[in-house]
Amino acid sequence: MTALLAASLLLVAVGGTAVVLTPDPRNQAVVLSMYGLLLTVMFVVLQAPDVAMAQLAVGTVVLPLLVILAIARSGGRQ
Amino acid sequence: MTRRVRLGLFLLAGAGTALVLLAAFAGLPDFGARSHPYGARAVAAGLKHNTSNIVASVNFDLRALDTLGEEFVLFTAATGAVVLLRRLHDEERGEGTRHRYERDEVFETLRLASYLAMPVTVLVGAYVVAHGHLSPGGGFQGGVVMSSGVLMLYLGADVSALERLSPRRVFDVGEAVAAGMFAVVGLVGLMAGAGFLANSLPRGTMGDLLSAGTVPLLNVAVGVEVGCGIVIVLEMFLEQALLIRSLPDGDHR
Repeated sequence: MTALLAASLLLVAVGGTAVVLTPDPRNQAVVLSMYGLLLTVMFVVLQAPDVAMAQLAVGTVVLPLLVILAIARSGGRQ
Repeated sequence: MTRRVRLGLFLLAGAGTALVLLAAFAGLPDFGARSHPYGARAVAAGLKHNTSNIVASVNFDLRALDTLGEEFVLFTAATGAVVLLRRLHDEERGEGTRHRYERDEVFETLRLASYLAMPVTVLVGAYVVAHGHLSPGGGFQGGVVMSSGVLMLYLGADVSALERLSPRRVFDVGEAVAAGMFAVVGLVGLMAGAGFLANSLPRGTMGDLLSAGTVPLLNVAVGVEVGCGIVIVLEMFLEQALLIRSLPDGDHR
């Protein structure tokens, strides 16, 4: 367990908590995108570049876009 | 139960679970340990088939049947999105005039950046797909990168431009054909007498662009299928969010 690995795991934990604690779903989508980026960094540190590439594209671009569009369609209602 | 009692119960249970998890994680081998039974065998089998990217070899060669199922998961998701997000009889599709942006309404920088980034992104995605058996990446990763390149059309212009320049029909057909190609390439293995999805094409020299038998072909099939599938899903969502609105009460299409 190197210092780099411990730091990236800690960042992922903090990012996940931040996603959960963000109140508005529209803001949550942006924080989710940031969390996806932190997960990508963790996968690279763990030497899994294929997984990191997939996570980068899906978790940073596609998933927050889907969340924001779903919120827009439902008119911001919960 | 009051809220405080519930919170206290959760903290107690959470602490117990955390202790058990920590004890379990401490007993796992370290990351990057030298010996791993499955890893040793997978690397040996992948190198025998002249594939440098062992992950791609496991995905498309050693366990290709699992990837066939995974690929159809995305296909099913796209089909489900098309069915669920279709226009109902009491909804109409607007012309998008409310969401149409003239050329000078989009930020200049955003328009320029998306025009420049779109061909580069699609090219990088195609590169990742083509080199899937040589370097990290592969069909799925490259397909998602290519689809995000196409969606930059929406960023740089508006949703009508996206629908004009990337017609749904092309992506529907592309996705279905690519999904079928995966199974067809598998039939090549059957015809060679080695089994469905066996790697029976010539293997070439390791490190060449055309090597590792069926792995590049399956990469291309998955890349096209994933790219088209994600563009379809996001176009359905964009259409729902921006263009479709309910008809006034009592009207039907």
